[in-house]
Amino acid sequence: MSWLQRLFARKQMDIDLDKELRFHFETQVADKIRSGISESEARRLTRLEFGGIEQVKEDCRESRGTLWLGVLAQDVRFGARLLLKNPGFTAVAVMTLALGIGGNTAIFSIVNGVLLNPLPFPHPDQLVTVHESKPNFDKGAISYPNFLDWRRSNRSFSAMALGRSWSFSMTGRGDAEQVSANFISSGYFSVLGVHPLLGREFNPDEDQPGRAPVAMIGEGLWRRKFNAASEVLGQTIMLDGKYFSIVGVIPASLHLNIPGFRDQDVYAPIPQWGNSILMNRGAGLGFHGIASLKPGVTIAQARADMDQVTRNLSLAYPDSDQGVGASLVPLKDQVVGDSRKFLLVLLAAVGFVLLIACVNVASLLMARSAARAREFAVRSALGASRGRVVRQLLTESLLLGMAGGALGLIPTIWGTQAALKSLPAAVPRAAEIGVDWRVLAFTMAVSLAASVLFGLAPAWKMSRTDANDSLKSGGRGTGGPHARVLGALVVAEVAIAVVLLTGAALMIRSLVRLWNVDPGFNPHNVLTFNISTPPAMASASLDATRAMYRDLSARFAATTGVKALSQSWGALPMGGEDDQLFWIDGQPKPANDHDMGWVLDYIVDPDYLRVMKIPLLRGRFLTEQDNEHAPLVTVVDEVFARKYFPGQDPIGKRIHLVYNSGRTAEIVGMVAHVKQWSLDSDDKESLRAEYYLPCMQVSDDFLAGIRSGTGFALRYEGPLAGILESLRAANKNMSGEQVLYGEQTMDSILSDSMATRRFAMILLGSFAALALLLACVGIYGVMAYLVLQRTQEVGIRMALGAKRRDVLILVFRRGAWLALIGAATGTASAIGLTRLMRELLFEVSPTDPATLTTVAGLLVLAALTACLVPARRAASIEPMQALRME
Amino acid sequence: MDTKDRFDLPQGTLDLLIMRVVALGPIHGYAIAQRIQQMSREALQVQQGSLYPALHRLEYKKLLAAKWKPSETGREAKFYELTARGRAQLKTETENWKRLTDVVGLILTETLEGLS
Repeated sequence: MSWLQRLFARKQMDIDLDKELRFHFETQVADKIRSGISESEARRLTRLEFGGIEQVKEDCRESRGTLWLGVLAQDVRFGARLLLKNPGFTAVAVMTLALGIGGNTAIFSIVNGVLLNPLPFPHPDQLVTVHESKPNFDKGAISYPNFLDWRRSNRSFSAMALGRSWSFSMTGRGDAEQVSANFISSGYFSVLGVHPLLGREFNPDEDQPGRAPVAMIGEGLWRRKFNAASEVLGQTIMLDGKYFSIVGVIPASLHLNIPGFRDQDVYAPIPQWGNSILMNRGAGLGFHGIASLKPGVTIAQARADMDQVTRNLSLAYPDSDQGVGASLVPLKDQVVGDSRKFLLVLLAAVGFVLLIACVNVASLLMARSAARAREFAVRSALGASRGRVVRQLLTESLLLGMAGGALGLIPTIWGTQAALKSLPAAVPRAAEIGVDWRVLAFTMAVSLAASVLFGLAPAWKMSRTDANDSLKSGGRGTGGPHARVLGALVVAEVAIAVVLLTGAALMIRSLVRLWNVDPGFNPHNVLTFNISTPPAMASASLDATRAMYRDLSARFAATTGVKALSQSWGALPMGGEDDQLFWIDGQPKPANDHDMGWVLDYIVDPDYLRVMKIPLLRGRFLTEQDNEHAPLVTVVDEVFARKYFPGQDPIGKRIHLVYNSGRTAEIVGMVAHVKQWSLDSDDKESLRAEYYLPCMQVSDDFLAGIRSGTGFALRYEGPLAGILESLRAANKNMSGEQVLYGEQTMDSILSDSMATRRFAMILLGSFAALALLLACVGIYGVMAYLVLQRTQEVGIRMALGAKRRDVLILVFRRGAWLALIGAATGTASAIGLTRLMRELLFEVSPTDPATLTTVAGLLVLAALTACLVPARRAASIEPMQALRME
Repeated sequence: MDTKDRFDLPQGTLDLLIMRVVALGPIHGYAIAQRIQQMSREALQVQQGSLYPALHRLEYKKLLAAKWKPSETGREAKFYELTARGRAQLKTETENWKRLTDVVGLILTETLEGLS
């Protein structure tokens, strides 16, 4: 029986023991009765002879007890008693450790959820995302005909599927509302290994155009709109004015956010999109794919296979597929993205915080163990072995560590979840972050490791102390060697704090630089939102559509607080991407799409410049007169002008718009460049040229495609809540079936684009502040202790004529010396370590001299401040009193 | 019973006596106490307070094994018997004891002679 089993078997054992002793008792009574004593007398005598039966039982239990467990329990009891006797020391040590270990738990739970846990699919390692690569553009959208050919011709994948997100207006079930959706090909969910909760997913026949509309819905919508009824299959929902019959329900446990797919309310087969250029081989249309590798096929083999497939296609369709390839990204890499580096930097940073916490507690223990030197000398004189003493000290450390770990656990878990909720864009897979056995095991391991780390030095030191010396020195400890070790600990603390502060300072400088980057427009007080039109509009004529949008614009623009308003049918800075192809008038039409000019297109109203406050550089912007009856005009940005008309005036030049049947548009103006992609990476993108087209001049195809709804941008004044309210009211007035959704301020779009960096900055900043605080407390503690140790020495010095100033300088010099060595070591380490966070920085060198010197100076200053109180205490020592301390 | 005839057992001796008694065959705690008392001609009376902890200690060390069986009176009792390990232990312990008492006896006799 192992000791563990015995612990659980205790109850049975007690029953047996009771039975055994009762048997003895009864037999003894029976024997006595047989020898002629009355029963009651026999019982009385036997009870007397037996003595305390409970004592017998206890002795039996102890005699078979688990011996080492007993000793451990004794150590733990003793340690706990000792720690409770010093509540101040214990509280400081436990709190310090709770901060250090808690921080590690928090960051590790994120690392665990994002990086370590496998994706929640049956065969996550076989899944890859599929994109179309073009020269200078690695992960573009796949055209539908290309996808069909790729799926047919590859030999590496057991299945391949395609998707594109969308948004439907759902009517006929309560208030009209906008539902997020995904157009997907058949087999999308079986590639992932996700089974519908109810019903089935789409079959290959439904990939064909002209089939009856079917849809799958998410569990969320199913519960919300169908009360989770199982007879939902076969029922219909009206999406964008068309009835779809429901064939399946997808579980809410599916969380995935990759190009071309996210977990949504509605899923529909791709042909149901009804986009007239779906079969255009040159049109990406936002489709991205997913595929599962056949067992045993490596990603390199799959890439080689796809190279062959796409080469054949570019031979067969040189117009559209020249230079087109397939790019494959393992799903995990796609999901985790760039967060790996930044999470590892955070984990390292929080590890450093724990290191400081350990050093702090170690120095506390050192100082205390010096005071306890006599206790241990007495113990070893009484026969305690060195191992026993070390074990006692380590048990105490372990108690501290465990208490710290336990105390830190709850607030950090709670805090992590709160932090993630406030910045959901900061890390991928945020929904999967939580506490599992791995996080708990990690906390346990960190607590243990920390305990050993901070407990070992004092224990080792103590075990080497000569009992005789300690007893002789009268319990004042062994000043010299302790002082050296404590000095080393101070140096370590300062050094680590310098490293952390440097990291945080670099992050903060990066963010400040980033905030100060001019995006090319003024994002403050700009609101964007979407409108989904009533289902009846789906079959409206083109003229009716234009009239409706003119009316919509006029009505929203008339809302109080709106200063300027424009529709936004194309790209939106940092919001949505849209691109077009063109060629310059007078040049021959390029033979294939690859050789066309490539440009970001903003399809807007004349007031767009006033909404975004984009400076007009030359010519004029679009006007109300640039309507469907007027000749096509366009306004380009400075990047476009420099790239396509270098050294020339672009005004008056003409370009052919590929997506508008090659019709020509005249360039009538030039505006400043707007950062479409993000504040930090826009300059590095290959697609930067921009042009603006008037909404009322888009092609008929395009106009037909947006009858169901579109986006708006407006500049407002006054409080945002008021604007939102009057917009919603105006919307409701227009039609009960019209949905206003996706309201977002430009400021929040911008700050979301920096979410990861902000998250890193906030965390690094808090870690650094914590490190600075802990280091100061540590330095203060050590210096105060050293001053106490040297009270007598100082007393003698002063008796021999030293001035108070000399004493002050003596203490300060020691503190400054330690701080300087620490700062130097820390700066050297920082130069080596901050290199690792280069990718998180923006226009700041990881070895930025100004940052390094500021941080080192700050640390030395903080260290000297921490020395202030001990130094003054030393200077106020009365020589006579100090000498009498003996 | 005259308490003067009784004396305390040196530490560890009780274990040896118990093992000796148990070596004769499966036996329960009460009978062990009785048997020791008889064999020592009433000089040793083993208290429950030392008997049962010793039995449990020996069982824990796997020198004894125990089984519940009906006793002579029909009641269920816990019967102890020696394990192979216990048998070997009893042998060495008995030899040690003999050697020890011989040596101690030798010295004590000499001292007595020296004193006289």
